[in-house]
Amino acid sequence: MSTEEDGVMMNGIAYFPGCSLKDTASGFEATARYVMETLGLPLQELQRWTCCGTVSSLTTDDLMHHVASVRTLVRVQDLGETELVALCSMCYNTLSRTARRVNARPEDRDKINQFMDRENDYEGGVTVRHLLQIRDRIGWDAVADAVTRPLDGLRVACYYGCTLVRPREAAIDDVERPRVMADAMEAAGASPIAFPFAAECCGAYQVVDRRDLSVERSYRVLQSAARGGAEVIVTACPLCQHNLQDAQREMTGQGVDELKILYFTELLAAAMGMEIDRLPEAIRPWIRDHADGEGPQGGA
Amino acid sequence: MGRNKVVAPEGLRERVEALSGENVFACYQCGMCSAGCPLTEEMDRLPSQVIRDLQQDDPSLLESNAMWVCASCLACEVRCPKGVDLAKLMEALRQLHLRRSLDHLSVEDLSPDEIRRLPQIAVVACLRKKTG
Repeated sequence: MSTEEDGVMMNGIAYFPGCSLKDTASGFEATARYVMETLGLPLQELQRWTCCGTVSSLTTDDLMHHVASVRTLVRVQDLGETELVALCSMCYNTLSRTARRVNARPEDRDKINQFMDRENDYEGGVTVRHLLQIRDRIGWDAVADAVTRPLDGLRVACYYGCTLVRPREAAIDDVERPRVMADAMEAAGASPIAFPFAAECCGAYQVVDRRDLSVERSYRVLQSAARGGAEVIVTACPLCQHNLQDAQREMTGQGVDELKILYFTELLAAAMGMEIDRLPEAIRPWIRDHADGEGPQGGA
Repeated sequence: MGRNKVVAPEGLRERVEALSGENVFACYQCGMCSAGCPLTEEMDRLPSQVIRDLQQDDPSLLESNAMWVCASCLACEVRCPKGVDLAKLMEALRQLHLRRSLDHLSVEDLSPDEIRRLPQIAVVACLRKKTG
């Protein structure tokens, strides 16, 4: 089953999209692909993948909800790869926690392997990473070198939310003072602001049946960004992005209307010269006003 | 005792510790979890009081809304000086309900329009946390 796909990943990075990147967050995926192609590390989507499970099961005995993530890890293993990259921070978190759990508890891995019918056994050799961890692979200088349209002076609040930095074992950066996204934005020429709410919760899935909670939490995040002088707030999570936009609409006229809510890859892609009509509408006027020597590209 | 009571009162701490893998007596009630929790004001008892109730095997904890308000943001997990993972205790308390089919969310109450405008990860996560 694996032989026919051997070699597919040789020129790229095994990539897990997850559901939201095929729907509400399609711009996140398109810009990430552009950025990674520009950097010479194209994302190679797994030919088959399943839902990550969205939230990590936290009880000792619930292995069933780790099965979907393990199935995805097996597919990476079948390709002969040892790394899997996710863009959605919830997918990153869930896949990463499952990979760590089955390695820490071989008896859990055995049980899941026994349960899975068609897949090869998972042997435990896959590391799950978030796209921002290109920091460790190529460094920010390489990103800065690829910038053709520096975002000079653009004031950005880098919003991590929960799942990139918690729990501690899955954190891609310092849990209290992450700066990986700020470093990425600086490489793109932007100016990250001091942002004490960078890792506060947006209210997460409470938006489904307790929207009052998510609007309130997300509004406080937006207020912190706006009062810190940000023009843009960037995220790596389709749920954070939704909740921030939802709160902004709900709190119209309450001091946060001007903030642009974007994915960090959308700004990186803008800085790396992506055609203006493929970028989010919210950032196009800024690009037209500030980008030197580019002129309007594509549709305007 | 009604049929929908979740567990016998004297079994609460033991069951939650087994489901969570956490030792509630590691907690010395410093209150760090309550200080950092973004949703305390929505809870009918503080996160640190949830642990205190477990230490005391207080069955009224099962009637609390705290476990349903907790969004597993894990701010408490990274800050607890004693390494207690409160999010796992909250998950265990939810599971005590959900495994008896005592759901906290009715899917029928969500309109198709609402579901369509939400990212899938919101809907799936909420169902995972609030239904069995």
